[in-house]
Amino acid sequence: MNTVNPTVTSEADMPEEMIAPVQEEKPAETIIEEGTTVGRPFSADPKFKLRNVEVFYGEDRAIKNISLDIGRNEVIAFIGPSGCGKSTFLRCLNRMNDSIDICRVKGQLTIDDYDIYDSKRDVVELRARVGMVFQKPNPFPKSIYDNVAYGPRIHGLANRKSDLDEIVENSLRKAGLWDEVKDRLDAIATGMSGGQQQRLCIARAIAVSPEVILMDEPCSALDPIATAKVEELIAEMSKSYTIVIVTHSMQQAARVSNRTAYFHLGHLVEVNETNKVFTSPEHELTESYITGRFG
Amino acid sequence: MTDQRSQAEIVRQSLKRRYRKERRFRMYGMLAIFIALASLAILFADIISKGHTGFVKTTITLDVALDSEMMYLEDPTDEDQLSMADFVAPIIAALQEHVPEAESAAEKRELGRLIGTYGANQIRDLLKSSPDLLNTTQTMEFLAHDRVSVYVKHADNPSYTIKLSEQQQRWVDELLEKGVIDTSFNDVLFSRGDSREPSNAGILGAIVGSLLTMLVTLAIAFPVGIAAAVYLEEFAPQNRITDFIEVNINNLAAVPSIIFGLLGLAVFIGLFGMPRSVPVVGGLVLALMTLPTIIISSRAAIKSVPPSIREAAEGVGASKMQVVLHHVIPLAMPGMLTGSIIGMAQALGETAPLLLIGMVAFIVDVPGGFLDSATVLPVQIYLWASSSEQGFVELASAGIMVLLTFMITMNALAIWLRKRLERRW
Repeated sequence: MNTVNPTVTSEADMPEEMIAPVQEEKPAETIIEEGTTVGRPFSADPKFKLRNVEVFYGEDRAIKNISLDIGRNEVIAFIGPSGCGKSTFLRCLNRMNDSIDICRVKGQLTIDDYDIYDSKRDVVELRARVGMVFQKPNPFPKSIYDNVAYGPRIHGLANRKSDLDEIVENSLRKAGLWDEVKDRLDAIATGMSGGQQQRLCIARAIAVSPEVILMDEPCSALDPIATAKVEELIAEMSKSYTIVIVTHSMQQAARVSNRTAYFHLGHLVEVNETNKVFTSPEHELTESYITGRFG
Repeated sequence: MTDQRSQAEIVRQSLKRRYRKERRFRMYGMLAIFIALASLAILFADIISKGHTGFVKTTITLDVALDSEMMYLEDPTDEDQLSMADFVAPIIAALQEHVPEAESAAEKRELGRLIGTYGANQIRDLLKSSPDLLNTTQTMEFLAHDRVSVYVKHADNPSYTIKLSEQQQRWVDELLEKGVIDTSFNDVLFSRGDSREPSNAGILGAIVGSLLTMLVTLAIAFPVGIAAAVYLEEFAPQNRITDFIEVNINNLAAVPSIIFGLLGLAVFIGLFGMPRSVPVVGGLVLALMTLPTIIISSRAAIKSVPPSIREAAEGVGASKMQVVLHHVIPLAMPGMLTGSIIGMAQALGETAPLLLIGMVAFIVDVPGGFLDSATVLPVQIYLWASSSEQGFVELASAGIMVLLTFMITMNALAIWLRKRLERRW
């Protein structure tokens, strides 16, 4: 781990006595009290209200009684060690877990007082409001134009070709991709570079004008330059969208987010302003994680 | 240091052994490929060497004087006279002009036997269709008798028995020299149905029968197979019933094909009262046989569509149906088509189930529809291969060549389609 961000301290910079664990590390389960989160998990102007959320994979409880608000036009980062449930939790927000047969979600999840898991509601409507960008760039093996136009087409957002053209252009512009691809909109999308593909996926997500964009480790398959571009884009988009981003890179969380949530073994341990989490974490598990003692 | 050196030495020696092993291993592979290629080459060489003469016919061209007195025929429009008339006489007379030495009645009869059985019918049909030709001289091309054909094509081949008398052989040699007997491309093979006489037998009936049967098979097995695969893979709940169905489909793929014939006999013919020997029933039976292959390969193709594409489509709000129709099926199509074509090729070469539903009958007419009695290529080959007439041996091999051509074409089509439709992601 390097020290791109001053708020994140690498092991090399720390005094020696901090590296050597002074006390015996207690098992994490004994430190976390279920259903309690330190810091500021609630928000004055919530977009999402998530209360007592539990997710089961068969008999396994992957998410343990989490309550959290996600504010309007906020960028919130989910961090935590692998397998801590942050991606699972993210996927509850637009019901991407539905296709997994053994997955069950309990608790109240609402977006603007709209019950996400209301069985009478169609998931398609929800997903038009809550877009998603995935870990690996996954453009359709179609043309660049068709990739962006797919969402508006299936939702019937554009009746005329000119409207559709406009949506495609706007989305590509917002994703910072227009100048690079405007001359080859008919080219097959899978022929682009990884960074371009990921930005195309972002353009595809914003083409249906969602209110929220979920990002599941959007930069983990990208090189630093492409990552920087996507991060710039996130900063730009945060003006008009609520963004939830799962990331393994703490520097990235520090750079792009307003608040950071730390997950551990299915618990939501701590939520706070990002700079607070990285400078003076309240919970000892959070501190261990951001100082690189595990994870 | 010494320790290190000896260790390096050990490694080097073991390396040698490893390389030797690898070379041996590669040789086994090459040997296996060689055996496969060699047996293929032997098979083809055998079939082609036996069958190429099947594509050649022996003809006798004669100037026939259609003399009404000789034929005892005054009015060719009169059916009674036509059936009583002697159409062999003018042929013998025409032959006699080339072979004047045949004078006795016995010799004349021998001479007449050089012409195929249907030569006389040829004259009758000609006169029936155009009665004006009576008492004129026409140049007509007759198929030589099978024995003549065997003599002309295989005189040097010890595996054939020449059934012509010494005298007849001499005549044939003479006629060959004069150019009266000649060989040419066997268009009869591709323009007629089966016949009792090898020189008159064609494979067109079987080709059309095969095509009709395959059409029925394709029309049923392809949509049903793909629908079943899509449902099982995309929509079916994961439970015991689905597992049970899956196991059964996999088992069906391994059921001997003759069982499907028995099923077809019992259900389609016995229960539903459908006619025997018709392409519809054959197609239905072969569709049942091909279904498991198509379902299994289609499911594999659907499974190979990367989940990231499904997620991408779901992520922008596509419904399950849209995900399947817009993304999964188009991406799985090359695999599904390949599986289907290979299944069809398998069905094209299938004989056993068709024997049971009566498609093994001797059928002379080229079938004109799905409900006409028909036979198919492999059954026709089987019929010819089990005939005692010598001429059928080469026809069977020629038939195999035709069948193989169809199969190779279908497989090439499968490869081309896959290459064409395959997309990268």
